[in-house]
Amino acid sequence: MCVVKDTNRINAIDRAFNALGGVETWIKPGDRVLLKVNAAFALPPALCATTHPDLVYEISSRCLKAGAERVVVTDNPINDPLSCFSLTGIAKAAESAGAKVILPKEGLFKPMSIQQGVLIRNWPVLYAPFVNINKVIGVAPVKDHHRSGASMSLKNWYGLLGGRRNIFHQQIHDIIKELAMMIRPTLVILDGIFTMIGNGPTGGSLSDLKETNTLIVSSDPVAADAFGARLLQKEAEDLLFIQKAEAAGAGKSDYRSLKLKQI
Amino acid sequence: MKIVTARRISQIFFLTVFLWTCIVSTLGDSWWQLRGWPVKWIIELDPLVGLGTFLTTHTVYRGLLWGLAVIVLTLVLGRFFCGWICPFGTLHQAIGYLGRRNLKTSEQINLNRFNPRQSLKYWILIFLLSASAADIINFITGLSVRDPRAPWTAAALGCILAILLLSIFTRNERTGGTLPFIVVCLSGFLFSFLSEPTPLLQSSLQTGLLDPIPLMYRSVNLIWVPLMDIFFKQTAPIPRYYEGTWIIGAIFLALLFINLKIPRFYCRYICPLGALLGLLSRNSVWRIGKTDAGCASCLMCERDCEGGCAPSSRIIISECVLCFNCTDACHTREILYQMRPSASGETLVPEFSRRSFLISMLSGISIIPIIRTNGFLATNWNPNMIRPPGALPEKDFISRCIKCGHCMRVCPTNVIQPAAFQGGIEGIWSPILNFRIGTSGCRHTCIACGHLCPTGAIRPLSIDERMGMKFYLDQGPIRIGTAFIDRGRCFPWGMDKPCIVCQENCPVSPKAIFTRIYFSELRNASPVMVSGADSNRIYLKGSPLVPGQLNTGDYFCTFKKGIDLEPRRIISNSADQIVISSKTPWKFLPDAGNEIQLLIRLQQPYVDIEKCIGCGICEHECPVSGKRAIRVTAENESRSETKTLTPRRQERTI
Repeated sequence: MCVVKDTNRINAIDRAFNALGGVETWIKPGDRVLLKVNAAFALPPALCATTHPDLVYEISSRCLKAGAERVVVTDNPINDPLSCFSLTGIAKAAESAGAKVILPKEGLFKPMSIQQGVLIRNWPVLYAPFVNINKVIGVAPVKDHHRSGASMSLKNWYGLLGGRRNIFHQQIHDIIKELAMMIRPTLVILDGIFTMIGNGPTGGSLSDLKETNTLIVSSDPVAADAFGARLLQKEAEDLLFIQKAEAAGAGKSDYRSLKLKQI
Repeated sequence: MKIVTARRISQIFFLTVFLWTCIVSTLGDSWWQLRGWPVKWIIELDPLVGLGTFLTTHTVYRGLLWGLAVIVLTLVLGRFFCGWICPFGTLHQAIGYLGRRNLKTSEQINLNRFNPRQSLKYWILIFLLSASAADIINFITGLSVRDPRAPWTAAALGCILAILLLSIFTRNERTGGTLPFIVVCLSGFLFSFLSEPTPLLQSSLQTGLLDPIPLMYRSVNLIWVPLMDIFFKQTAPIPRYYEGTWIIGAIFLALLFINLKIPRFYCRYICPLGALLGLLSRNSVWRIGKTDAGCASCLMCERDCEGGCAPSSRIIISECVLCFNCTDACHTREILYQMRPSASGETLVPEFSRRSFLISMLSGISIIPIIRTNGFLATNWNPNMIRPPGALPEKDFISRCIKCGHCMRVCPTNVIQPAAFQGGIEGIWSPILNFRIGTSGCRHTCIACGHLCPTGAIRPLSIDERMGMKFYLDQGPIRIGTAFIDRGRCFPWGMDKPCIVCQENCPVSPKAIFTRIYFSELRNASPVMVSGADSNRIYLKGSPLVPGQLNTGDYFCTFKKGIDLEPRRIISNSADQIVISSKTPWKFLPDAGNEIQLLIRLQQPYVDIEKCIGCGICEHECPVSGKRAIRVTAENESRSETKTLTPRRQERTI
């Protein structure tokens, strides 16, 4: 895990990968990579409610340069999917890097269950983009979230659910835990260059943002979120989903115990 | 090149342009999407749209001046629009041809005979235009003599009078009482400068119901584009739905298939645009006619006559759609497009008596006041009628909307729907928002619909105006309605379940939906008693709990009696133990025998009506998926002064 202090996303991701030995540490020639972005809202990138297109471009092109056979970028956003992918700049960034955007069309979902899952039982999941994929990278911004406390890399997997997934809000921490059990990512990139400290997860105004100049690259999404919580002036113990995900074996919340590089 | 070939090329060209405008009315930045393509042009060419909105608003909306060009050309050339441009006419012609191609020539000729009932379309035209005419009457009668517009209006009326008089006297036609009638009508107008407009007269633009261009746009945009997309998935990745399309589709198909029995049934009997152009073409400079009354009367000219205008005998000029099939079929070249009247005589319009005119005019003028006694435009307005952002106040809106469906086609989230009777009978097929359909409410950063509206019923907004930024800061964002929470259906309000999906998705900053915390006591079969405790753990008497039932993070506990009664968050529980968060240990350990109060922490949503813009994303996302627990109705919409919820006066912006 690497935590970079920087004001610029491109510099930050560059420095983080250099410190970790390049994206080649994880991505080998011939790999098929899926980039799970947060494209939830049809808002411009400056409002930081969605994954920044600079990161999409940088990560996709680095994976392809490392020899990945293909990179697909997907999400099942809350707002109109076409508007989301175009207005957030994610579609353009992905395509110019040579990655393929997969919109959540009907027919790409498949009812799935997870072992020991209580909520994800026979529930439609955005499945088709994962076919033949062997590496999954999650890229998410750090955002305030009134119901769960925070929306970061674990909450980002929510965008893989289909159907009327909003009923899971009744048990928000449990659904995030089950998603953490379902997706074991190769890598997560948590973008706290700006943090949405209020009015989340939609934001909508620059005044909802705070410059926190932090970017986290981690193979452990629980650790990444535990660190990210600090950007929201919270502790990992305040966010029950982190504890639940940890108890389910999805990672370690004590990021200090990991090989942590802070640069 | 033969002239019929030129006509077919023109028809294919305009049909292609029509279909192309349907496809490219897609938001996006590909070359085949909305990239400055003239998507409104075909509607703008339709003079009935321009004339109708002129009558209802006494103004002409920008591009609709194209219709003037068609009018002028019709005065010179005749109904070229019907035969050469109208895409609906092209479809009728093609299907009519398929229907009769295997018939005997004599049967074909029979199908294309003139039928006196073709005058029906003039009834329809006069009816629809009269329903639109009240505004112009009120406008003229409302002008004072000192108003600077009065001389111009008088001059315009004088010109119309002169043209009418001229046209009556230059043609050998039975004038009867027509002249006195027109003189009485127009002098009535002129005198009415002195009188007051009457509130009884009200106009409504209903030409769009039967005007072929809006009719075809509505049918193609709302049915055929989404249906084709099931295969091609080009214009939208997720299927688009439109309410009540069965009737739009049924009308469209019925009108097309009836051509198999009666060629160009719609053009000959129904089309109000054809009727308008027919009236304009009666005195056209060029017209179809015979050069020699004594031709062989082979009737070949009537075999493919599209208009059913009887070119072989006494041609009815207003029915001729300039298909040129007659000139093409005449072997002896005795039928021509010429400046002289036909050698075998001509009739300018089908029999349409003054009495017929009066009946359709009076019913048209009176139908709108009759409809409006239902109070839909007054206190009986329908709160479920939510108009798109930028829609004019309802009365002005209904004076402009031609129900073409452009706004519904372009809406990226598919929330704009054709109304059934939500807007009253006048508002049928006009755009209303249904947040249950579509991909997510009305996007508050989107201004597409107003920019595609050909008549300005929906104003083209800028993003700044829509969102209330910069110059529009004082005015605030455009509101299309207000969200109301139905507490009986809402999870945190009515069912002790956490949720607040609506708050999370509210897109405005700061959010219009906010929450207040309420601790609600759990329904318990039996009381839960303390047997012992340490700082963050309680041991229970017996095994009253199901393991894990309180570990979602939303459950809290406190005690029925004691000093430290602040609720503590439960982290987990087993059958006989409750673990609370280590960050908030008990200050005083509870005594054995104290009863535990189990609580669920609920964030209950509220709507701030000063902030809510009515975008409906909350309604769309509400997990109560049938009748939503939060619903938008039209209260507080910006376009209306009478629906406000706050005493603060809003500046009227239109």
